[in-house]
Amino acid sequence: MRTAHQLTVENDGIVDTIALARGILRADVIREICLHLEPYQAGEKPITGETVIAKDLTIDSLAIMDMVMELEDRFDVSIPMSVIAEIHTVDQLADTIQDLRAARS
Amino acid sequence: MGLFDRHAGLLEAYRDVRTTGLDPFQIRMERVLSPTEAIINGKPTLLVGTNNYFGLTFDPSCMEAAIEAIRAEGTGTTGSRIANGSYTEHVALEQEIAQFYGKKHCMVFTTGYQANLGVISTLADQGDFLLIDADSHASIYDACKMTRAEVVRFKHNDPSSLEARLRRLGDKPGNRVVVLEGIYSMLGDSAPLKEFIEVCKKYGAYVLVDEAHSLGALGDNGRGLCEAVGVLDDCHFIVGTFSKTLGAIGGYCVSDDPDFDILRVTVRSYMFTASLPPSIVASVRQALRVVKARPELRKQLWDNVSTLYDGLKDQGFILGPEHGPVVGVHLPDRMTAIGFWRAMLEAGIYVNVAVPPATPNGVSLLRCSLCAVHTSEQLEHMVEVMTGIARQMGVLPPPKLRVASGR
Repeated sequence: MRTAHQLTVENDGIVDTIALARGILRADVIREICLHLEPYQAGEKPITGETVIAKDLTIDSLAIMDMVMELEDRFDVSIPMSVIAEIHTVDQLADTIQDLRAARS
Repeated sequence: MGLFDRHAGLLEAYRDVRTTGLDPFQIRMERVLSPTEAIINGKPTLLVGTNNYFGLTFDPSCMEAAIEAIRAEGTGTTGSRIANGSYTEHVALEQEIAQFYGKKHCMVFTTGYQANLGVISTLADQGDFLLIDADSHASIYDACKMTRAEVVRFKHNDPSSLEARLRRLGDKPGNRVVVLEGIYSMLGDSAPLKEFIEVCKKYGAYVLVDEAHSLGALGDNGRGLCEAVGVLDDCHFIVGTFSKTLGAIGGYCVSDDPDFDILRVTVRSYMFTASLPPSIVASVRQALRVVKARPELRKQLWDNVSTLYDGLKDQGFILGPEHGPVVGVHLPDRMTAIGFWRAMLEAGIYVNVAVPPATPNGVSLLRCSLCAVHTSEQLEHMVEVMTGIARQMGVLPPPKLRVASGR
């Protein structure tokens, strides 16, 4: 699957195709993340890919780390703490999960 | 932007706490009378939140040893072991702790925090993997900030969660270091250590166990959870503190690793801070002798745990999952916890209040820690006081309703 990893760099559209083959779409990852974040929604503003997790929502840093642990098990990847620290948006979190899934085999 | 602007949220929360009257984070013990009593706000107060598990802070033999050491060797060492050398007593203390565990090596630190910080951040370095329990103590989290190893958290006390993370590492090169605690400091629960050790063995991971809250309390000889579940030989590193059961301050790490002593010239929290003063070394050595000579203190401690834990449970309080020298009492939210804490202090009982972000899962707690020399009368009184406050505050239903609900 080394080629798949390279493709992720070249074309986002193909990522979804490959992910589909593995049974996980990027949209599924986003949906799962949003599901976890729903309880922390601030006001009426919907949670989207661009939502800045620590800023636009009422979630604290510890709860973010706990949510990440749930997502790790859901998608069978481990996200190092230093990487979590660099993630700001829902999109970035989804990309990290996708990249880790692609890189592991 | 001001230097403290980033703390705006915390400042606001802290202001909330302070406006209620007493500030739980700036409590002043005007005079400490004994391991279980102090004058606070001019009033004799029962201490049930000081981690003084064996009550050795006022043990006459420990106090005498400390006083003697000051007369013989002065008040401080004024430098680190590396720069100024060790005193004979530092080395003797290390040998005695190593013997206590039946391990070959021991290193003593100036605080338990520094022991965790230095040892953990040094053992796992670039290219390694550090796996920590999600509810780890701040000293472990701070070690994670200092290490260049890849850090991954697993779910609290969940061996299968650790296993999943070790499995995912596959055959990547690099050491795996797993960090666990004997007893967790907020809810008083113990790690399922046997199961954790099995997982670690399966994946060839090193194990470090922090026995800060379990030294003295667990195991037939008081060595901690490692002894209690019979896995002392499988724990590569055991860390602990002198500041709780042993009634002073300081930290240690023991191990059988033949190259252990290299840590003396690699662990920065050991190398670049002043070593323990003679008085502390002397009182700790004596306290360790007391722990070995008086196993009845352990029994007294656990009897007291039962009195408080079972007493509160019978009244309907929601507590930590198991008996432990720390009893965590769940309260619905931060402000209730602080109000409850203040009411207890006014009634002459001091416990700790623990609120997010210092607590797991955002819970608000009253954190009680037992002492072997609490009397059962003191603890029964405490259960009564807490029940009364809980009913006043609506945390527990009035007594009649409880009966009517058939409990």
